[in-house]
Amino acid sequence: MSNTPIERNAAQIARDVNARTLSAAEVTEAMLAHVDAVDVAVGSYLTVLRDQARQAAARVDARIAAGERLPLAGVPLAVKDNMCVTGTRTTAGSKILEHWVAPYTATAVARLLEAGCIPVGKTNMDEFAMGSSCENSALGVTRNPYDLSRVPGGSSGGSAAAVAAYEAAIGIGSDTGGSIREPAAFCNLVGFKPTYGRVSRYGLIAFASSLDQIGPFGRTVEDCALTYDAMGGHDPMDSTSIDRPLETTAAHLRSDLSGVRIGIVKQFATSALGAEIDAVYAQAYRDLKALGATLVEVELPTADHGLATYYLIAPAECSSNLARFDGVRYGLRVDGPDVNDMYERTRAAGFGPEVKRRILIGTYALSTGYYDAYYVRAQKARTLIAQDFERAFASCDLIACPAASSPAFQFNAKSDPYSMYLMDYYTIPMSLAGLPALSIPCGWVTPPGGDRPMPMGLQLCAPLFAERPLLAAAHAYEQKTKHALKHKPTLTEVVG
Amino acid sequence: MSSEKIDVRYVAKLARIALTDDEVERFGAQLGDLLEHVDSLAKLDVSAVAATAQVVESRNVERDDALVPCLDRDVVLAQAPQRQGGFFRVPRIIAE
Repeated sequence: MSNTPIERNAAQIARDVNARTLSAAEVTEAMLAHVDAVDVAVGSYLTVLRDQARQAAARVDARIAAGERLPLAGVPLAVKDNMCVTGTRTTAGSKILEHWVAPYTATAVARLLEAGCIPVGKTNMDEFAMGSSCENSALGVTRNPYDLSRVPGGSSGGSAAAVAAYEAAIGIGSDTGGSIREPAAFCNLVGFKPTYGRVSRYGLIAFASSLDQIGPFGRTVEDCALTYDAMGGHDPMDSTSIDRPLETTAAHLRSDLSGVRIGIVKQFATSALGAEIDAVYAQAYRDLKALGATLVEVELPTADHGLATYYLIAPAECSSNLARFDGVRYGLRVDGPDVNDMYERTRAAGFGPEVKRRILIGTYALSTGYYDAYYVRAQKARTLIAQDFERAFASCDLIACPAASSPAFQFNAKSDPYSMYLMDYYTIPMSLAGLPALSIPCGWVTPPGGDRPMPMGLQLCAPLFAERPLLAAAHAYEQKTKHALKHKPTLTEVVG
Repeated sequence: MSSEKIDVRYVAKLARIALTDDEVERFGAQLGDLLEHVDSLAKLDVSAVAATAQVVESRNVERDDALVPCLDRDVVLAQAPQRQGGFFRVPRIIAE
């Protein structure tokens, strides 16, 4: 493995390919061979795009030979399977789309390919992005590369596992309530959810449209910054995409935090998470201070209502969005004597239990007699949560808190749906407020019953559109602490 | 807001999902649990608060009324569960 380029970060690969000391074709062949060797154990990919990867590599090498420089030249990319890529199966982890082939490419993916990325494959995910462990996928099991008996997190768990297992240099996922940040924390990665509307959702299969946002996974902050810079910005094909110039980030990373005020959330005191986890976060806050940041206590009094707010708004939006899967135009159809039977049988056979639960709760919250009591009240709570952040950011530039309340858990550990929902406790408030936030490796904890250390993630969050100072600060923290480099994935134990 | 028992069969009918008896029972209990949790929102005073549908600036977006390339009809219909000529074919909607 050491003689191949697969362990190199995206920034290094792009540098080498642009300098013509490495070809995109070499990177691609090495990557496909590595995927063949390890994905049997990890299960990151639902579909490996061998042909498209090789064709993309040939195009990149031709462009480089013609004198172009590409920001992500030859960088292997893992794409969550809820993003369309022309001519590839795009399933959203669901039986209802198991055999659907996308007729167009999502804007975010198209921009990354234009920037020189090599599409390695489409990654596993919780069905329609509903879940925090990938266990809700109808199509496969993905394992955590740091302990194959544990989940990779979710819903973008396949992209996270792929990057952690060196099956791609970068990955993209979608984050609705934490679906990039939690798997990043579980898989020792940087995972970044930009401001709502910063990355086009065109070609992303919708879950909750007012919350969904595409973002990158990388093994470094720099790789996430390069990916964000390449795929962000206005897209006329998404009417919620923000129509103002993108503030790029990769050229603005910092090495210290002098002059930066970082808010520590009073309501998020970590003592309830156990002494070992509490110590990890206490050290993280000390490290931020040692880098020159000023720590201030801030309050988010409504944040505790985030989960309840989210579990009304997101299901309401999903019940509406997923109405399109009715067996008429695409995907699965189960025939019945009349059209209503056909709808009901198709959706019964095509959706898994978590998707059914969310559609039912959303339908209920939007139904006559309950709309004001549930849906509208949740929308008002959402206003209060956003106002909490506005007030907090009057006295700080960034907020630091946990990304998840525990390291990666074992399979079947969260059989009660609500216990799974609790995994998103720390990430949901930022989603409801539309804020940019990321998770960055901040230490290692051996979970009860575990036999090896597992990664933990620190969440950093910034005001709307403050991606640049957010990634700059994360880079400073990463360069000082280097937590991600302390342990390697355990792939070799399985595949030898 | 109150945690009255959710009529799962009725809601499933609205959502066009056929449920087994076992699912009705299991989902009924799970949705009841969730509703108890979300009832915490009743404690918030939202009498003077405006609802937020979307957090970031949003306004109506219109495009120019100009022809632009779109997906070919046959490409789209190739994904149809059943097609007839240039149409999606569905089971009978109006009784004979």
